[in-house]
Amino acid sequence: MIPELGHYALVLALALGLIQSVVPVIGARGHDAALMRLGTSTALMQFFFVALSFLALTISYVTSDFSVASAFENSHSMMPLIYKITSVWGNHEGSMLLWVLILSLFGALVAAFGGNLPATLKANVLAVQSWIASAFYLFILLTSNPFLRLPQAPAEGRDLNPILQDIGLAIHPPLLYLGYVGFSIAFSFAIAALIEGRIDAAWARWVRPWTLAAWTFLTVGIAMGSYWAYYTLGWGGFWFWDPVENASLMPWLAGTALLHSAVVMEKRNALKVWTILLAILAFSLSLIGTFLVRSGVLTSVHAFASDPTRGVFILIILVGFIGGGLTLFAWRASTLKQGGLFAPVSREGALVFNNLFLTTACLTVFVGTLYPLALESLAGEKISVGAPFFNLTFGPLFLVLMALMPFGPLLAWKRGNILGVAQRLMAAYAVGIVALAVAFAVEGTQSVLAPFGVGLAFYVMAGAVVDLTERTGLFRMPLGIVAKRAAGLPRSTWGTAVAHFGIAVTLLGIIGAGTWGTERIVALKPSQTVSLSDYDLTFDGMIARSGPNYSEQVARFTVKSGGATIGVMQPSKRNFIARDTSTNEAALMTRGAGQLYLSLGDTNPDGSIAIRLYYKPLVMLIWLGAIIMMVGGALSLSDRRLRVGAPKPANKSAIKPTLQPAE
Amino acid sequence: MRGLAAIGLFVALLAAGAAQAVTPDEMLKDPALEARARALSGELRCMVCQNQSIDDSEAPLAKDLRLLVRERLTQGDSDRQVLDFLVARYGNFVLLRPPVEWQTLLLWGLPPLALVAGLIGLVMAARRRPTFAAEPPVLSGDEQKKLAALAKAGE
Repeated sequence: MIPELGHYALVLALALGLIQSVVPVIGARGHDAALMRLGTSTALMQFFFVALSFLALTISYVTSDFSVASAFENSHSMMPLIYKITSVWGNHEGSMLLWVLILSLFGALVAAFGGNLPATLKANVLAVQSWIASAFYLFILLTSNPFLRLPQAPAEGRDLNPILQDIGLAIHPPLLYLGYVGFSIAFSFAIAALIEGRIDAAWARWVRPWTLAAWTFLTVGIAMGSYWAYYTLGWGGFWFWDPVENASLMPWLAGTALLHSAVVMEKRNALKVWTILLAILAFSLSLIGTFLVRSGVLTSVHAFASDPTRGVFILIILVGFIGGGLTLFAWRASTLKQGGLFAPVSREGALVFNNLFLTTACLTVFVGTLYPLALESLAGEKISVGAPFFNLTFGPLFLVLMALMPFGPLLAWKRGNILGVAQRLMAAYAVGIVALAVAFAVEGTQSVLAPFGVGLAFYVMAGAVVDLTERTGLFRMPLGIVAKRAAGLPRSTWGTAVAHFGIAVTLLGIIGAGTWGTERIVALKPSQTVSLSDYDLTFDGMIARSGPNYSEQVARFTVKSGGATIGVMQPSKRNFIARDTSTNEAALMTRGAGQLYLSLGDTNPDGSIAIRLYYKPLVMLIWLGAIIMMVGGALSLSDRRLRVGAPKPANKSAIKPTLQPAE
Repeated sequence: MRGLAAIGLFVALLAAGAAQAVTPDEMLKDPALEARARALSGELRCMVCQNQSIDDSEAPLAKDLRLLVRERLTQGDSDRQVLDFLVARYGNFVLLRPPVEWQTLLLWGLPPLALVAGLIGLVMAARRRPTFAAEPPVLSGDEQKKLAALAKAGE
C-alpha cells in the first residue's frame, strides 16, 4: 500500500507541475493576480507530494519491503539503519527521486520566501521551475519507476553495492544535488527575465543568494566526494578527471563565473546579457552532467545505443531546456538594455577577466570530457582523454587565474589603478617569495614547479589578508577604529576574502600531496617493520572480525615515530556475504595536515601480505580549503544587503535565514 | 569493479580494491627505472577499464601492460620508444594524453582559441568605448523629455 501511495503522490505532483507550468504564465501575461498566485500554492503542494513520495520509498527500504523491485535490488534486511536509508538514493531510480525532491524543495522555497518579488517575475520563475520539475517527474514515472513491484516478494534483498555502504553516501549525493539542482533557480530566473524582457540590478540581487547557496553546496559536495573516493579507492588519489567528476566540476566552474558576473550586474548594472547566458549555461551543464551519468553513455557509446530509453528521454529534456533556453536567449537578449560603463582596468574588468578564465577552464573540461564520445560516434575512432591532458590544459589556466585573483578585490569600481594595487600587494609578494624559498630549502629541487606553487598559494592567501587589512586599516590606524571598520565591513567582503583564502589552501594541499607524497609497496610478514618518512610500522598480525552484514580480515599495525608508539592502524578487507564481494578498507592516520595511508593487497602463500603505505603531506588541506570556501560562501550569504527591506515575518527568518531570497 | 560511476553519484569510485594495482613482485630493483615505469604507467590507459591508468587499475590487462612497460625499460628502451611500441600495438586509445593530430585538433585547439578569442574580444570592446565616465551618460530622447518634465514640475 505504501509504495502505491508514494507512486500516486508522484503522479499528483506531476499534475500539479503541469498546472503550475501553464497557469502562472497566463496570469503574468494578463496581469491576473489570482492566476499568478496559484503558482505559489502549487509549488508548495508539489514539494509536499514529492516529499511524501520520497518518504514512502524510504519506508519501503527501511522496513525491507522487498516486493518493491528497487529495494530488493539495493537493500538487505541486515544492513544498519543508516545504510537502509542511504540506499534509497544509492541507485538510479531513488537518486532521481532525490533529484526531484530537491528540485521541488527549491521551487517551494521561492514560493515561500519570494513574497517581495514582483508578482509577474515570481509567477514566471515558478512556471519555468515547474517545466523542469514536470519533465523529470515524467522521466521517473515513464522510465525509472522506483515503486515498481515484483510479482512475488523475495525473502531477502540483494544488498547495497558494498562500495556504497559508507557514510559518504549519506553526505555526498544530497549536498551535490543541492548544488546541482540549486542552479535551476538561476536558470528559471534567467528564463523568466527573458520572457519579461526586463532585467535590472534588483534581479541580480534576487538571483545571487540562490546561486551562492547552490555554489556553496556544490563546493562541499564535490570536496566530500573527493574525500570519499580518496579513502575508498585504496591508493590515495583524490581527483581522477573522470567524466563523472568532470560532470560536477563543469557546473561548479560555470557557477563560480556566474557568482562573479552577478556581482557586476548587481553593483554596476553591467554584464546583463552575459550573466543571463551564464545562468542558462550553469544549469545546462548540470543537465548535461545528469545525462552523462544517467544515460550510460560514459560506459560505452554502444551500451547507450542498445538500451536508449532513459538516455534518449534525458537527451530530449536536455535539448528542450538547453536549446529552448539558448534560443530564447538569442531571440530576446537584445531587448536587455546595457548598463554601467567601466574602464578595462577596474573591478568590473577584473571580474570579466575572471569570467573569461573560468569559462575557458570550463570549456576545457567540457571538450576533454565529450571529445572522445563525439569522435567515437562520428568517426568511429577511439581516443582517451585522461588526467595528463587535463593537468596540462586546465592546470595552467587555473594557476594564471589564481595569480591574478588577489588583484580583483583591491581594484576600484569603474576605473582602477593597477600600479597602486600592485604596490599594495607588496606584502603578499613578500610572503609568497619567502614561502617559495622555504619550500626549496626544505624539499630541495626534486620538483621545480612545486615550490613555485607553494609560493603562489601563500601569495594568494596573503592577498586575501591584505584585502581585509586594507579595508579595515589594520597597521595604519588605531585599533579602535580598525575594530569599528571591521564590524562595518559588509559580510560579502569577508566572504570574498575567506573564499579566496580557501582556494589557495586547497592548492597548497594538492601540491603537497601530489608532489611530496612518498610511498612504499612491500610484502610484509607478521612482526616485520616497514619505514616511511619518519614513521615505522610493525605488522602485528591478522585478526578476523565480523560486522552486521560482512566478515573482515583486519591487519594490525603499530605505528612508531622517533621510537615512541603513536597509534595503531587497522586496514582491512571486508567480504560482504549477500553479494559475495569484497572491499578494501584503508586505514588513515592524520598527522597535522598530512596523513599516513595504509591499504592491503593480496596475501601471499608464504604468509606475507602486500601493503601500500603512503605518507601524504598537507593532503587534508585540500578538503579544509573547500570547507573554508564554504564558510566564505555562507558569510557572503548572510550579507545584510541580500536581506535588506524584506517584508518577512520574524518567525520565518528564524527557520532558514540563509536561504532568504534577496530583497 | 564499477562502483559509483555506474550508479551515477558523480564521484569516481571506479575501482575500490585498486590497492593491488602495483604489486611488490612487479617492481623493478633499480629505483630510477621503477620511477620511470610508474610515470609512464600514469600516461597509459587500462583499455578494459573506464578512464583508469594502468598504474591505478587492478585489471589483469593492466598488470600485463605494467610488466610489458618494465620489460621494455629494462631492455633499454627510452620512454618515447615504450610509448611508441604500445601505440603501434594498441593504437592511440592507450594514451591518456592524446597526440596532436588532425582528429584531435579541436580537442587541443579549442580551449586556447577560446581564451585568445575572448581576450581579443575584450580588447576590441574596450577600444570601442574608450571614453566612459569622463562624460556623463547621454540621456535618451524619452529620458530628456522626462527630465524636462521634472524640471518643469520642480519650478
